[in-house]
Formats: sequence, C-alpha cells, structure tokens
Amino acid sequence: MSQFEEQDYTSKFDIKLWIRALRFLKGCKKATIWFLIINTLAAIGVAITPMMNMIAIDRFAVEGTLDGIGYLILGFGALGFFIAWTFYKSIDLAAVLEVTVVHDMRMAAFKQLQKLSFSYYDTTPVGWIMTRLTSDAQRLGDVIAWNLVDMSFQIFIIIFAMVSMFILNVRMALIAIALMPIFFFVSFFFQKRMLKNQREVRKVNSKITGAYNEGITGAKTTKTLVRERKNFEEFDELTTSMKKTSIRAIRLSALYGPIIAFMGTASIALVIFTSEGAITENLITIGTLSVFISYITMLFQEIQQMAEVVLAMQSAQAAAERTITLIDTEEEIRDTDEVVEKYGTTFHPKYENWEKLVGNIKFEDVSFAYKTGEPVLKSFNLDVKAGEKIALVGPTGAGKSTIVNLLCRFYEPVSGEILIDEKDYKQRSQLWLHANIGYVLQNPHLFSGTIKENIRYGKLDATDEEIIEVAKKVNAYDFIMNLEKGFDTDVGEGGNRLSSGEKQLISFARAIIKNPQIFILDEATSNIDTETEKTIQQAIFNILKGRTSFIVAHRLSTIRSCDKILVIEDGKIAEMGSHRELMRQKGIYFNLYTNQFTQEEAQKLLNA
Amino acid sequence: MFKRMFLMLKPVRFKYSIAILAAFIAIILEQIRPLIIRFIIDHLLIRNDEVSPTYQRIVDFLGGLPHLRGNLWIALLLMLLVSGVHMIFIFIRQFLTQKSGEIVSRLQRNELYDHIQKLPYEYHVKAKTGDLIQRCTSDIDMVRRFLAGQAMGLFRISFAFIITFTIMLTLDMRLAFASIALAPIIVLFSYFFTKAIRKPTEEAEEREGEMSTMLQENLTGVRVVRAFAREDYEREKFREKSLAFKNASYKHMKYRAYYWSSSHAICDIQRVGVMVFGVYLVVQGEITVGTLIAFAAYINSIIWPIRELGRILVDQVRMKAAHDRMLEILAIEQEKDTKDAKEHDLNGDIIFDNVSFAYEGGKNVLKNLSFSVKKGETIAILGSTGSGKSSIMHLLLRLYDYQEGQIKINGLEISQIEKNYLRRKVGIVLQEPFLYSKNIMNNIKMAKDVVLEQEVYESTKIANAHDFIEKFNDKYDTLVGERGVTLSGGQKQRVAIARTLVKDSDILIFDDSLSAVDTHTDALIRAELKQKQEDTTTFIISQRITTLMDADRIFVMEHGRITNIGTHKELIETEGLYKRIWDIQSMLEDEEELEYEPV
Repeated sequence: MSQFEEQDYTSKFDIKLWIRALRFLKGCKKATIWFLIINTLAAIGVAITPMMNMIAIDRFAVEGTLDGIGYLILGFGALGFFIAWTFYKSIDLAAVLEVTVVHDMRMAAFKQLQKLSFSYYDTTPVGWIMTRLTSDAQRLGDVIAWNLVDMSFQIFIIIFAMVSMFILNVRMALIAIALMPIFFFVSFFFQKRMLKNQREVRKVNSKITGAYNEGITGAKTTKTLVRERKNFEEFDELTTSMKKTSIRAIRLSALYGPIIAFMGTASIALVIFTSEGAITENLITIGTLSVFISYITMLFQEIQQMAEVVLAMQSAQAAAERTITLIDTEEEIRDTDEVVEKYGTTFHPKYENWEKLVGNIKFEDVSFAYKTGEPVLKSFNLDVKAGEKIALVGPTGAGKSTIVNLLCRFYEPVSGEILIDEKDYKQRSQLWLHANIGYVLQNPHLFSGTIKENIRYGKLDATDEEIIEVAKKVNAYDFIMNLEKGFDTDVGEGGNRLSSGEKQLISFARAIIKNPQIFILDEATSNIDTETEKTIQQAIFNILKGRTSFIVAHRLSTIRSCDKILVIEDGKIAEMGSHRELMRQKGIYFNLYTNQFTQEEAQKLLNA
Repeated sequence: MFKRMFLMLKPVRFKYSIAILAAFIAIILEQIRPLIIRFIIDHLLIRNDEVSPTYQRIVDFLGGLPHLRGNLWIALLLMLLVSGVHMIFIFIRQFLTQKSGEIVSRLQRNELYDHIQKLPYEYHVKAKTGDLIQRCTSDIDMVRRFLAGQAMGLFRISFAFIITFTIMLTLDMRLAFASIALAPIIVLFSYFFTKAIRKPTEEAEEREGEMSTMLQENLTGVRVVRAFAREDYEREKFREKSLAFKNASYKHMKYRAYYWSSSHAICDIQRVGVMVFGVYLVVQGEITVGTLIAFAAYINSIIWPIRELGRILVDQVRMKAAHDRMLEILAIEQEKDTKDAKEHDLNGDIIFDNVSFAYEGGKNVLKNLSFSVKKGETIAILGSTGSGKSSIMHLLLRLYDYQEGQIKINGLEISQIEKNYLRRKVGIVLQEPFLYSKNIMNNIKMAKDVVLEQEVYESTKIANAHDFIEKFNDKYDTLVGERGVTLSGGQKQRVAIARTLVKDSDILIFDDSLSAVDTHTDALIRAELKQKQEDTTTFIISQRITTLMDADRIFVMEHGRITNIGTHKELIETEGLYKRIWDIQSMLEDEEELEYEPV
C-alpha cells in the first residue's frame, strides 16, 4: 500500500503536466478567451488609476483650479465602475472555468474508471480514487481558474505598469527596474527553500494523521499492553518535529515578504534621488513622480504575489499529477478494434450485431496469475454444457473465485482460451458477455435509491409488474410489502437499511430480471442465516433451471443438488462428480463436508 | 470569542503579545513612509519653506532645510531606515504569530492524543474512527490557521484603522472624516454578504456529498456495475450528480463575484470622493499637495482592510465550531483509578464472588457469577457469542467495572489494585489484535520496557510464529500494520500471542485468540505453552472443543452463568451443552448419518 502514501512525485515545476492540465479548458474555450480579454481590461483599469490621481494633482491641485473638475469626477466614476465591472466578469468567468474544468476532469476520470480492469481496483484503495476525483480535481480546477487568473492579471498589470512608466519617462523607468535582477535572485533563493520546506511539512503532517489513525484504532490493544505513555512519547516526537519543520518554513516565508517590500522602497528612493534635478528644473512634474511611486509599489506587490502563485501551483502539482495519471491509466482488458467495429464500445454498443448466448462454456489449458510468478490456475480444463449446474468448492485461495472472474472476463487468462458457444470470448465485446451474465455476490451491493430502482438495475425498461413478479420468484415479495413504503422504500446508502438477508434477496431479484443465460453465485448465501437460506435455496434452484450456472460455495450443504461438484485445490481440479459420487469416494470432498457439518451443528447447539 | 482566544493563546501569551505589539509598531511605521515622501515632495522638491513645528525639530536636527535640500540622500536614507525597521517588525509579527499557532497546535494535538488514549475502553468500542481522526487533524488545523491568520488580521485591521485615522485627523479633519464616510456601509455589506452566502455554500456542500456518495457506491460496487453492463448508465448518473454540484458551486461563486465587485465599487467611490474633495481643498488653499498625496495613500490602508472584516467573521464562526468539537472530546471523562489503588502481588488464587455485570444501558451479561481458580491452573471457557465469557476477562483487566459482588486476586479485591499495574501483570491476547506500524521485532518488544531479542525469539517459537517470520525477506525487520505487509488473521494472532508472552504475566488470557489458527498449529502452540508457562494461571476462551479439552478445568457458559464445570473427561460423561457438542464431533466416524437426501 505504500505507493499510495502522500508523496510528491516530482519536485521540479513540470510544465508538460500543466499544459496537459490546461487542455481541460477545451470545454470552455469561449469563456477562456473572454476571461483573458476581461483580465486585460481589468489590468488596464487598475494601471490607469494612478494616472487619474496624477491628473487630479497636476491638472487641478497644483494648478489651483477647479475648471473642468466635473470631467475628472466623471472620469474617476467611469473608471471605478469599469473596474468593478471587469472584476465581476473576471470572477464570474473564473468560476465558469473552475467548475467546467473540474466537472470535465471528473467525467473523464469517471469514464476511465468504468473501463479500468479489476486488477486496477485490486491494488488501488477506493479512498485513494475518491480523493483523486473530489479534492484533487477540485484543487486542480482552483489552481487553473484562480491562480492562473491571478497570474495573468499580475502579468498584465506588470506589463502595463512598465509600459506606462516607460512612456512617462524612460530614464526614470530604467532606474525603477534597476533592482529587478537582485529581486529575481532573492526570489529564486527563497522559492527553492520554501518549496522544500513545504514538502517536509506535508510529509510530517501525513505521518501525524497516520499516528492518530493508529492511536485510535489500536486504542483497545494499547490499553491491554499499558502502552499509553510510550505511544504518547512517540507521538510527541512527531508533533515536535512538525513544530520544528513548520517554524523553519514560517521563518522563510516571514522573511521573504518584508525583504521584497523593502526592495520596493529602495527603488522608490532611488527614483527620487536620481530625479531630483529634473524635478527642481520642472522637467518632471510632481504628479509624474507620484505616479511612479504608485507603479513601483504596484510592481513589487504583484511580483511578490506572483511568487505566491507559483508556490501554490507547485503544491498543487502533486494533486494534478495524480488525477491526470488516473485519467491516463490504460485499461488492461480492452476489446480489439475488430470487436469494437462489430459489437460497439462500452458506451455505444451496437446491439443489432449481438448474437444470442447459448451457454456452452469451455476452459482450454487456461493458466492465470494475479502477480507474475505466483500462478493461481495451471493448465485448467473444463467443459460445461449449456444448462449445467457447476459447483466450485475448496479452500480459500485455491482458485474458485479466479475461475469465476475469468469466466466473467474480469480478468483474462495469461495463456489458454475460454470459449463461449465455441468461440474465444475475446472475439466478442466485454459488454456482450456481461449483458448475458447474472451475478450474485457474497456481499450484495445495492445502490442508494428505492427497492424498485435496485431491482430495475438488472433491466432498465422493466415494468412494475415484472419487478413484482421477480420479487415473488425469489420470495422477497412478502418482506418488501411489509416495509413502510413497499417497493418504494429507500434502501439507504449501500442498502444498509436492509438486513444482509434482505439485501441478498434483492440482489437475486436484480440478477433474475435480467434473464441471463449464465448465472454465477459467488458465495452468495454464506452471509445469510440458515432460515433465510432455505427460502432462497428453493427459489434459486427453480431459477437456475435451463441456465448454465456456477456456484462458488462455502457452505457445502447448499450445493448437493448440483450436476457437477468441482473440488479445486492449488488451481487444479482435485475431484469432480456429483455429491453422492464424491461422498462415496471418501476423498477431499468427503472430509470437507463432514468437518463442516459437525462444526455447523456444534455452532447451532452453542447458539441455540 | 476573545475569552476563547485568550484561553487558547495562554501558553504563548508572551510571544503573541509581542507579535501584537510588533503589529502595532509596524503599522505606525507603515504610516510614516508616506509622511516622509510627502515631506520630501513638499519641502525638498517643491521647496515649500513653511514646515510644521513638529517637523521643524527633526529638520533642525538633520541640519536644516537648505542642508537637506542640498543632500537629498539624508531624507531618503531616513526613509529607507524607517522602511527597514518597518520590515523587521513585520517579520517579527509574522514569525511570532505563526510560531504561536504552531505551538498551540502541537499542544492541542498532544492533548487530544493523550486524552483519547486515556478514555475508557468502552468509548473505543463505540468510537467512530473516521470522525474522530477528522477532528484531530482538520479541526486543529482550522484553529491554527485562524490564530495565525485571521485573529492577527483582526488586530492589524483595528490598529491600521485607528492609527491611519488618527494621522488623517492631524493632517486634516474634514478629509479624515470624509475618508471613513462609507466604512460602516462596507462593514454592514460584508456582514450581510457573509450571511447570505451561507445558504448557497451549504447547498454546494450537499450536492458534493451526494456526488461523493454516488461515486463511492460506484467504486465499491464495481463488480456489480460490470456484471450488469451498466457502465453507460452509471456514467449518466454520475454526470447528473456532477452537474448538480457544478451548478451549485457556480451559483455559490457568483455570490462572491457580486460581493467582490460591488464592494470594490463602494470602496472606489470612497476613494474617488476623497480625491475630489482633496483636490477641492487644495485649490481652495486649505491643504498642501503633499497632504493630498498622503491622503491618496492613507485611504488605501483604511478602506481595503475593512472588506476583510466580513471574512474574518465567517471564519471565526467556523473556528468556533471546530474548537467546540475538540472541546467536546476533551470533555469526555478519562479512565480513572480508585483512590487507594495500589500495586499488589498477583501470584495467587482468583475468586469471583457473586459478580454481576452489565454494559452501560444494557442487560446483565454476567449474573451472580461465582467461581475460584487456583494459582497456576489452566481454565478453558466454552460459550457462545454473548454468553459473557469475554466480559469475565474484561473485568479481570478492569477494562470495565462490575456492579455487584467481588473479584479477588491473591486475597485483594481488584478495585484496590492499580489499573496499569494490573494490566501489566495480566497478559491478554484479543481476538482481533492490533499490530502497530512498526517492524515485527518492535511490535513484540513493545509489551515490556526492556526486552532482550532472545526473549522475543523464545516467545515467537512458543507462538509458532518464528518460522513464518523467518520466511519474510526482512525477517523480524518486516514492517507490519497499516503501511507494512498484510499478515493473515492467523499470523496476526500468533504475533500478538508472542507479544503477550514476552510480558512477565502472572495471569494469561487467550480471548478466542486462536480462532484464525488451524487446529494443528493450535495444538502445537498449546503444548508449548503448557510446558513453558506452567506456573502461570491461564484462561483459554474458545468455541472449538479441541482447543479446550486439555485444560485443567473447563467452564461452560450459557447466558451469563456457568452451567457446568469439570475436566474434559467429566464433562463428556455429564448431560449438557459440552457433551452434545462433543457427540456431534464424534459423529465424524459415522458417515452413514451424513448422507441425507439432496434438496
């Protein structure tokens, strides 16, 4: 799991990554262009303001006249409203950019997630993915819309301030920016160190979160070991190191701002000093001087803020990288171009070309490994006729679920072939296969919504009558009708307002309404109490008639009536036959069965 | 609010006070720069000879006006000097406030962690981990940001206002009042905005919550989605949720756009008004041009910060909520010891006398329980979930207090024995033991203050863990826990057993702690135990008869009562739960009975 720790992928500013991120502005081209225009206008407005002050001073105050002051007021007023308007538009457009970019990015990631193979989900915690689509995407959107706004705004202001200064007086302008090289050097020096500190702080911070997590989840064990004091000492070490690292970071950032501001003042002093002669000889007006003072202050302020933007972008870089990596992750299982040509894609299927699935299944020399070097299935062979009921039993890790996963093409064989209706299933689309499979899991996963909606998940155009009918088929009708709102009862998040038995019944109904040719029950009844199991059992075996079905069972009493029972050990079929045949053999199955039987009986007695 | 801040800042009161002082001085110095520039323009560049009496003294000190005009650098150097000192104070302010924030944060983190560890066992059984961690991390962070940012901001804004306004008053009273004419409107405006934006904010948060829920369900249900070929349907559903969130957050930001632009307009009206009025006053000869330029600068440091007030008010409410949540945890009572509790030799018999016990608000789990255990005896307890067998062990460790009766170890009632001492001397292995994010060696060593490596190897050998540990690449240095390798349930239990064994326990408890170990290993471990820990009183709790049968005595528990006591031999002769279970197990040999009809 260590690869999912808070980490910074790269420390350098990654221009390529940001260009890739900026491509998400594609969804709002018009807004982006407007945004740039408005920001230019806003920058002009802000840059003009000191000029207006200059006019007020030179034209009126120094001259000592109020003639035409009306125009000045008008000008001021117009400028004020103009700036306010550009601000409004700028924020509004930035908001549009932000929400559009975040939404588009989220959709891109979600689409990819619907295609990614199970091997991806096996190694990636859900929480990790969630963060990529929520806070990381948000962060990236924020940075693109707001920090880049700031940046573009700042660049415009800097340019306009510079241009204005050069227009007013070239010599003074040159003097004003004389300190710039020193400024850049200082900034570079600080930036590098501040970034490093920032990373260190984040690292310690995630360690502290981890320590809290451990302290809280392990609290019970801690008590029995009387470890409170020792744990606290270790925690104190962490918080102390956090304090130290943070203070180092604080010292730098607290120094940086004042130093830059001081350089601004120094520039002003330099300008006044060198312009003394020109002013006393009236070559430069006092107003011009005051404009220069304003511009220099502005210049240094904006550049300092720009440095902050760069810092923010750097710290968002890790978020950007993770989200974009997710979007760019390639799925391991994909349909070939010819298959897509005929059957369509996941999101645009060509139903008209789909063949009907009969249900003959054949595993030919199938080998499989989740990790290279650790084979789970070795040259596995199996021939199943349409309509047969197959049970898979054996110890955990023997490969039962793997067989089912391969059959569903959640994974593909490393070597060998799986034939469905005499044709390698890779020659048809994943969607075609999935549309023909009924799948019931050990932990039935329901979605938020009503019972009706959950059943309808199996067949989106199912009528209410159909839904009621399947509910009756799986013996779920009675309990549903006993609920307050019947079929319109909200099942809660993940279905947690229902008991696990009830959830399982709904998930059966959901699979049955689909009317699939292949049925898979993956430990579907192991979480249900014996009473409920009996009710389901009866329902299931009626439904399975005429369909090819695979039953992975932990509780062996549930599979006695299967056509074939396969005992899987170490990725191979160790025994195969009907319940009766295998019991007579007195082999592995016999032992498993008797052991389990006694244990279950003992358990029953204990809990009676 | 101030009381709360005062309390939080108490540990850093000296630093924070200096920071406030620095903020105050910095703001005074900030105002001096425009004054110097004004002086330079009015008297040195424009050569106005009328200097106000206050300045006259400084001018004289520096050599008089003509000298200053001849040597402009003197005044400029003074300006730089003032600016430099100003920057030093800004540095002091920023550094000390943020440092104070960090110090307070560290104290809060430590206090919470320490407190949480000391909360009763019962609290941890019920605690919602995710929520708790959230409080310990993001809530503390929010408080820190407020103390280091907004709280000082409040001081800065007030100081800036007071000082700037005072200076303005000395320059020109009329212009000064004109400069703050719209301030109340701005404050009111930002206040109402703050209130108005709450609803769209909540709306956006709600939409985001719905979107996350949908996303999470899709991810955890990925198997269902694929198996039902519902990728496209899910995408549409997600698009709908994401769009709803998009629109809600856009609406929320639109409010901000309105606010920032219109408050900007108000501030601008204020600024322009002052400029125009100032020009008028200059033309009338009431004030100098320099004064006007100074006002042009001052107005900025008075009007813009006021806009920030509204935001500080919102953040203050959020900080308060975060702090309250922290206080809520801290208000929960810690586990306490009895007043006269002491250390007491536990080498002796254990006696339960008429003990009754109920978990808080529940029914009696143990009902008038009485039994005694001799020192060195091995006692096995058989019972179903909820029969009360684990509760007995919880009581022995004083993780809970019993309501009735007496429990005595070596003659002393355990409520008189110090909790920590008791727990150090009674070793327990929980059914679902927790391993810390350390390597295996340190996980085992942590059970006692000083542990020799030799002791670790001995105990892992007893626990049948040594061999599998040696098979790891890093052997005993293998990192386990959250960030390390994932051990199987059985491996975890065995490491935990080894950890408990390195303690020098007088009493050992295995609370269903062999459940994930296979029967063969289970037997090996018990055999080793019997040999090595002969003198230790041992309790083994299990639902598996084979685990129990070798014990000196077996207690059968049903519904909070002991219904049978005896050796294995005795119990299989007596009618009862134990015999019935045993009988089923012996049925193994009689396979005919198992072949009953298929459904």
